[in-house]
Amino acid sequence: MADYRWPKIEKRELIGKRISRVDGPSKISGKAKFTYDINRPGMLYGKILRCPHAHAKIVSINTREAERIPGVKAVKIIQEPGTEVFWAGDEIVGVAAVDESTAEDAIRAITVEYEVLPHYVVDTDPQAAGDMARPIAEEIEGDPGKGFEEADVVVEGLYGMPVVTHCTFETHGSISEWEDDENLLVYISTQAVSGIADQMSEPLNMPAGNIRVKMDHMGGGFGSKFNPDRWGIETARISKVAGGKPVKLMLERDSDQMVAGARPSSYAHVKIGAKNDGTLIAWQSKSWGTGGMGGGGRPPLPYVFDIPNQRLNHTAIANNIGSARAWRAPNHPQACLITMAALEDLAAQLKMDPLDLFLKNIELTGQRAKIYQEELLKAAELIDWKNNWHPRGDQSKGPIKRGLGLSLHTWGGRGHGSNCDLTIHPDGSVEVKIGTQDLGTGTRTVITMVAAETLGLPINAIHLMIGDNRFPVSGSSGGSTTVGGVSSSTRRAAVDALTQLFEKVAPTLNAEPADLEAASETIRVKNDPNRNLTWTQACAKLGGMSITVRGVNPGPGNLTSSGVGGVQMADVSVDIETGVVKINKMIAVQDCGLVIDPKLAESQCYGGMTMGIGYALYEEKIMDRMTGRMLNPNMEFYKLAGLGDIGELVVHLMITEDHDNRGVIGLGEPPVISPGAAISNAVANAIGVRVPFLPLTPDRVLEALA
Amino acid sequence: MSTNKESKNQGSGLSRRDFLKLSGISLSVPLLTGSRVIKVAGEEVKVFGPGKVPITLSINGKAYTANIEPRITLLDALRHEFDLTGAKRVCDRATCGTCTVIMDGKPVYACSVLAIDARGKEITTVEGLNENKTLHPIQQAFIDNDAIQCGFCNPGFVVAAKALLDKNPNPTPKEVQKELGGNLCRCGIYMGIQAAVLQAAKG
Repeated sequence: MADYRWPKIEKRELIGKRISRVDGPSKISGKAKFTYDINRPGMLYGKILRCPHAHAKIVSINTREAERIPGVKAVKIIQEPGTEVFWAGDEIVGVAAVDESTAEDAIRAITVEYEVLPHYVVDTDPQAAGDMARPIAEEIEGDPGKGFEEADVVVEGLYGMPVVTHCTFETHGSISEWEDDENLLVYISTQAVSGIADQMSEPLNMPAGNIRVKMDHMGGGFGSKFNPDRWGIETARISKVAGGKPVKLMLERDSDQMVAGARPSSYAHVKIGAKNDGTLIAWQSKSWGTGGMGGGGRPPLPYVFDIPNQRLNHTAIANNIGSARAWRAPNHPQACLITMAALEDLAAQLKMDPLDLFLKNIELTGQRAKIYQEELLKAAELIDWKNNWHPRGDQSKGPIKRGLGLSLHTWGGRGHGSNCDLTIHPDGSVEVKIGTQDLGTGTRTVITMVAAETLGLPINAIHLMIGDNRFPVSGSSGGSTTVGGVSSSTRRAAVDALTQLFEKVAPTLNAEPADLEAASETIRVKNDPNRNLTWTQACAKLGGMSITVRGVNPGPGNLTSSGVGGVQMADVSVDIETGVVKINKMIAVQDCGLVIDPKLAESQCYGGMTMGIGYALYEEKIMDRMTGRMLNPNMEFYKLAGLGDIGELVVHLMITEDHDNRGVIGLGEPPVISPGAAISNAVANAIGVRVPFLPLTPDRVLEALA
Repeated sequence: MSTNKESKNQGSGLSRRDFLKLSGISLSVPLLTGSRVIKVAGEEVKVFGPGKVPITLSINGKAYTANIEPRITLLDALRHEFDLTGAKRVCDRATCGTCTVIMDGKPVYACSVLAIDARGKEITTVEGLNENKTLHPIQQAFIDNDAIQCGFCNPGFVVAAKALLDKNPNPTPKEVQKELGGNLCRCGIYMGIQAAVLQAAKG
């Protein structure tokens, strides 16, 4: 069997090198076409009339006036009278018109009568939720009663974080056009190019094979773009009403913020018991949270530290805020904040350095304990923990208080199912086709590097095509699974294609195929590199027939694995007169197996930390309990971190032979998990009290200090 | 501000105050192509729309002509009429900077400028930065420092960075943070942006 293993570190020409992303030039010059940028001939613009009430029944819909407006080409009722609507912003009527302003005029001309029903949108008090609260059966591990009895110290605390949105820069949406009565062409902003047709075929009552799905670039997903969504299905239907003409329907910013996904909130009362030396012996948590009518996810508590005696209660709260979606590392940032904050509060009670408390209990992290220990010590060195940490409460004079905080996290990240077709042509050109997508993580670059490395070619010799469901099926990009999936399928395809090429050229080089290797744009004899053919000469031996090979993941060779850890530390300043929190510096120490492109891997970490600073300090989907509507469905009051808000970010990837031997593991989720906890802990260390809930806005900080 | 001064406002030919006076009668203005002149407060004022009017814009050194309604923004005109899709609509209300273009040397949010008000101005979009097919040094610096992830915010950021360096060729890190504070990114490329702008400044 061919040897699929990754080349040895010292033999790598590209993998492990700091390669710039291959689609950088097209993105930075404005040439990259996102779904939102595609203008089709005769294209119409779609808009949706949305329900203004958080809970209501549709009584009547009148679209006559809208239909009469010149330029309006389709008006389609999405939810019929009699339907109950469960959140503000839900889709009621769709229209298509010759331009956006006419479509907006049409939306304004539609009248809908509602019977308004009672709504519930708050989530901070499970007692107030009534029958919207759905408790889950208690879980017990060990003997929590005895654990707390034997504890020298018991600390209780309340922690949590609200619902946040994805706020993808490219909103959700698609362009649908009917090529004929039976064939649909869909351009869509998605994390699942290969999966969209299967999700559209049933509601549209047509074979998935008749739905062509394309996407070159996408402006952010973060877990919110796996489905065509109702508006995507309706865009295809509206196009049909308009005679099959292309209809572009991208959500407006406000609707995107209201309905296109949210990360569930999570809150918990925690009780934690320990010995005087810091040994953790008991954990109890009563957690709750919401993700809309579905009730949200359940955070994996206690996080990473498997404390011996546990009592866990969780209540899912259903409410009228729009549905939850996966948000980068689902449930982990929540569990991480609740656990790491409780541990830091315990350390403060014990008058112990939290770094010592973490190290003392490191065995509770399980099989990766050694790696965590190494990462904690590395992060401590990078932030100079020893010199900069002080016991809780900065005692220095003046209103600016400085503090340090830490956190650790985990994630899986095993490669998903992926198919890759690789073709070597007699003229020496190489084509790679995968039905995957590049979310900005660098998927194109990674595939190109793996193909080029394996074939001994430069990056620009590879012609990569992705973003089309006519290409071999590849998994959706979620859970940090893409890099493992596509790098493996590409590696296997390239190795197999090369094996076939070796067979063709071996006689010319008077060697056995197994004795050949591809390097430096040649095919050469391993022990006698002077016996070689240039790549072009070698491919000419194919005799007019290209080689096409399918590589598959999972498959032979240990190319990937799963399970990473990481540590983050934050250095913050807090103005106790204004309540403003400022990030001075953050450190991320992260392992992720074999790193294909350290430059892009570091970017993933910078990005995760930056997004983490956003939800730690600024982001919250604020619901109005009177109207049941989102108060900040925009970007001036739904605040993202800006250039001046992130301080100095330092990333240290654990790149060693041991980690390399684990193979490729995904990195999209891990770095976004710890920032909330690390920053919350740093603020507590600075000001001497815990601010229970994120985001750490000035009002919350001042309330905690009061 | 005096009425006299207001009426000299060149933009759309109609000041805000005039508009307030006019709004009560606006429904009686027929749907005409081009402008018509009416008397407001004793002065003659050109009125456009609400139907489509022909406009010509100077973008990246070329003249672009289209018939558009006066309510159309510069951003939508660029994207829908001229297929210049580099500038993006993200917040649509002058918060995120993703639609940034340079107008008469100054960075502006194209989502908040009416196309009709951009007549007679020199407009540079991201497509104008590398017209001779080689990347502008600022663009190259973005690539070198991986100040790119999904790429959606990049056209706005690189145009804003050019406007900054045109004005201040040697900014300090603090000045970069301040001057580019009107541009946001969701993927989190700010570390790269900071490094890229400083590299381009040196280069």
